[in-house]
Amino acid sequence: MSVPVLKAENLGITFGGLKAVEGFHVEIEQKELIGLIGPNGAGKTTVFNLLTGVYQPTEGAVYLNGTALIGKKPHQMVAAGIARTFQNIRLFKKMSVLENVKVAFNHNMKYSGLQAILRAPSYWKEEQEIDRKACDLLSVFHMEELAGHVAENLPYGQQRKLEIARALATNPKVLLLDEPAAGMNPTETAELMQAISLIRERFGIAILLIEHDMSLVMNVCERIVVIDYGQIIAHGTPKEIANNPRVIGAYLGE
Amino acid sequence: MVDVTLFIKQLINGFQVGSVYALVALGYTMVYGIVKLINFAHGDFIMVGGYMAVFSIPLLTSAGLPAWLCILLSVVVCALIGFLTEKIAYKPLRGAPSLSVLITAIAMSLFLENLALILFSSAPRSVSNIFHVPPIVFGSVQLTGVSVVTILLSVAIMAGLQLFIKKTRMGKAMRAVSEDGKAAILMGINTNRTISLTFAIGSGLAGVAAVMYCSAYPQVQPYMGSMLGLKAFVAAVLGGIGNIPGAMLGGVLIGLVESMTKGYISTQLADAVVFGILIVVLLVRPAGIFGKNIGEKV
Amino acid sequence: MKSRKETMRSYVINLIAVVLLFVLMNVGTRTGLLGRYQTGVLMVIFINIILAISLNLTTGFLGQIALGHAGFMSIGAYTAALFVKYIQETVGITLAQKGNVSPAGTGFFLLSLLLAGLVAALFGLLVGVPALRLKGDYLAIITLGFGEIIRTMIEFFSFTGGAQGLNRIPKTATLNVVYIIMVVCVMVMFAFVRSRHGRAIMAIREDDIASEASGIPNTYYKVLAFTFAAFFAGIAGGIYGQYLGILGATDFDFMKSIDILVFVVLGGMGSLTGSIVSAVGLTILPEVLRSLADYRMLIYSVVLVLVMIFKPSGLLGTYEFSLTRLIDRLTGRQKKQPSAAGKGGASE
Repeated sequence: MSVPVLKAENLGITFGGLKAVEGFHVEIEQKELIGLIGPNGAGKTTVFNLLTGVYQPTEGAVYLNGTALIGKKPHQMVAAGIARTFQNIRLFKKMSVLENVKVAFNHNMKYSGLQAILRAPSYWKEEQEIDRKACDLLSVFHMEELAGHVAENLPYGQQRKLEIARALATNPKVLLLDEPAAGMNPTETAELMQAISLIRERFGIAILLIEHDMSLVMNVCERIVVIDYGQIIAHGTPKEIANNPRVIGAYLGE
Repeated sequence: MVDVTLFIKQLINGFQVGSVYALVALGYTMVYGIVKLINFAHGDFIMVGGYMAVFSIPLLTSAGLPAWLCILLSVVVCALIGFLTEKIAYKPLRGAPSLSVLITAIAMSLFLENLALILFSSAPRSVSNIFHVPPIVFGSVQLTGVSVVTILLSVAIMAGLQLFIKKTRMGKAMRAVSEDGKAAILMGINTNRTISLTFAIGSGLAGVAAVMYCSAYPQVQPYMGSMLGLKAFVAAVLGGIGNIPGAMLGGVLIGLVESMTKGYISTQLADAVVFGILIVVLLVRPAGIFGKNIGEKV
Repeated sequence: MKSRKETMRSYVINLIAVVLLFVLMNVGTRTGLLGRYQTGVLMVIFINIILAISLNLTTGFLGQIALGHAGFMSIGAYTAALFVKYIQETVGITLAQKGNVSPAGTGFFLLSLLLAGLVAALFGLLVGVPALRLKGDYLAIITLGFGEIIRTMIEFFSFTGGAQGLNRIPKTATLNVVYIIMVVCVMVMFAFVRSRHGRAIMAIREDDIASEASGIPNTYYKVLAFTFAAFFAGIAGGIYGQYLGILGATDFDFMKSIDILVFVVLGGMGSLTGSIVSAVGLTILPEVLRSLADYRMLIYSVVLVLVMIFKPSGLLGTYEFSLTRLIDRLTGRQKKQPSAAGKGGASE
């Protein structure tokens, strides 16, 4: 059996005596798309925060390609290969669309502060290279025309896509999307889903997706993990999940 | 032992200055609690109160009234200035980024200081004797009347304030707004009025502090409030900003530390020690003695 | 974004402007059009430009208010002053005498500024590492605290001249040299903010959680920006001491930090050209309107409140002036640009 790209083993965190997440376990293979669902307050975003180093787990560990990532800060998790988006979009609002993407290339760039000040050849070479790469990435989302616009002036749907483009610019192995379709209309959602499948194919990355729109999750995800009160209550294919009495119970509120 | 006398003298001094800091710190803390704003101009309200004392005492004494009545004028004028400052400068910025609010507060401080500079010139004015209380003598230790009055008065005011906040309707409204402004609106609390009241009370306390300060150090000049205010702010941070008993305790502690530094180490270093405390508190326990830590939601 | 060729063109245009100003300034001093008084004002302008752009790095680009900038300036000032004083008085090399600066004087002046910058940067690092764990109001207050401690310490120790201040500092600062230093400082700062490092710093300002999630080590860049700003404040201080010849700790109190902050806020937080314009304007204005000099701070305070209410990002916001763009517009070479062109750091 191959080593999963991302593995969370017995992940848990306690806030002041309260177990927010407990015994969370997931394995994601390359190019796999897994949905993480659960009622409001079930701990979905907390799981993301654990996987990205925002919170340090009180138990368990995260493995990337078999290597444990322990005590890493968020930016180190990004460097290791885990990128994310946020539930309530967090863009660099006053910066241009292009700059937003370029920021995310930073950790893969080499020229030093001194080389920047002296405008050494490495500065020009790398800057031109990431200009090109950033434009390529924007074109995946048909946003290359918007490169010069200020991020906060984009319509909502475009902002969501920009955030994903920015996450991809970090060159991740796993992408965590926190409710990417929230607030989108059906057309935008459909477009987004197409883009996500495209990313999966083109970049060969694994995706973990939090989503409220059940039909969307059921349609695109290969497997689904359901959590409630911080614990996994079900795990399986969309079909299995749809017929699972515990899941139905959790959603209808027993 | 000679040292005991010195120690007790510094102790009393510390309590006296500390009571002044405590009253000023209360203003910072109440305002911060309710609008999350460091009112940089608060220290300058003391200066305003000081000038009120300077100008009103001759009038009062010539009218045959006791000099300490200047405290009323000082409180009223300071409360009014606090109220106006909030209405004119801070209210339009409610909900603005903290950077803008902070700069505005600094600007208000500059405004008051420079207005005073133009109106009254930079030359210090002396304040005539305010409290005519005889000193109290315990063996070799002598307590000045002023220090006794200052300490007792501030204890009384703080007790009153605590009662007001715990027991009255307006006091409860103030606590509600500082807990959660939006929810308070939904509960039918008039937040604007509550904020105005908080500013008025906090600034009024600075008015009391001004008179007490002037009775101990009878000199008034435009920048007198700046350093005094900063130290009182340190007291508020030490006690836990937003926390009323914390401000009182912080004020007294800062007063004692300052007085002891002056007495035993060096007068010059007193300010450095106070700011050193600020830095240590901010780094070790930014929430202060009584505060609680709040993380940011991701 | 522009091609490298176009960028080179704008570099050349700016260089020509810099040289032109230098020539004009020298024509002025040679012909006597710029007397002692005017050159003094120019000197203060140059110092203020360095101070303003350096504080803009922390306040405008990193988005954190620091109220102790004068502290770093004073460290630079005293470091450089003590150094040149030592060279002249103890080592015995004459650096400056009766308004004449020897070639060695200029050499040691430059060396003293480097030293001033480095020592100030070291203090910036020492203050920044703990202080930058805090944000917003708390960072403002803690930097204020550090600034005040630095000031009291300077007054406390005797090698700094204590409360009496330091005097008979060799006046090695000459207008031309200071002008060149100012230009170099501005160029370095521009080059820095328009690089991946500057981008990272701005990203932290925009959203520190998102920047960390985009692979930016926030703490590193915050400390870097802070230290860098302290370095330039130190240089400005070094020039200041060797221009005046005397130093006192009270020159660098809280009010001085506020003065610098006013330059930054009015010029636009995140606009280096804005800082330059406001440093020039706010230095000249009180000189020209002597009758208003007493009201200077009063007017500043009112303007600050108004700016915060009506244009919180400062008068220019993050907009940068560009000579190249101006020339293009005048000669009709201007192409249609997308809306973000000219935004701070957006275009190289």
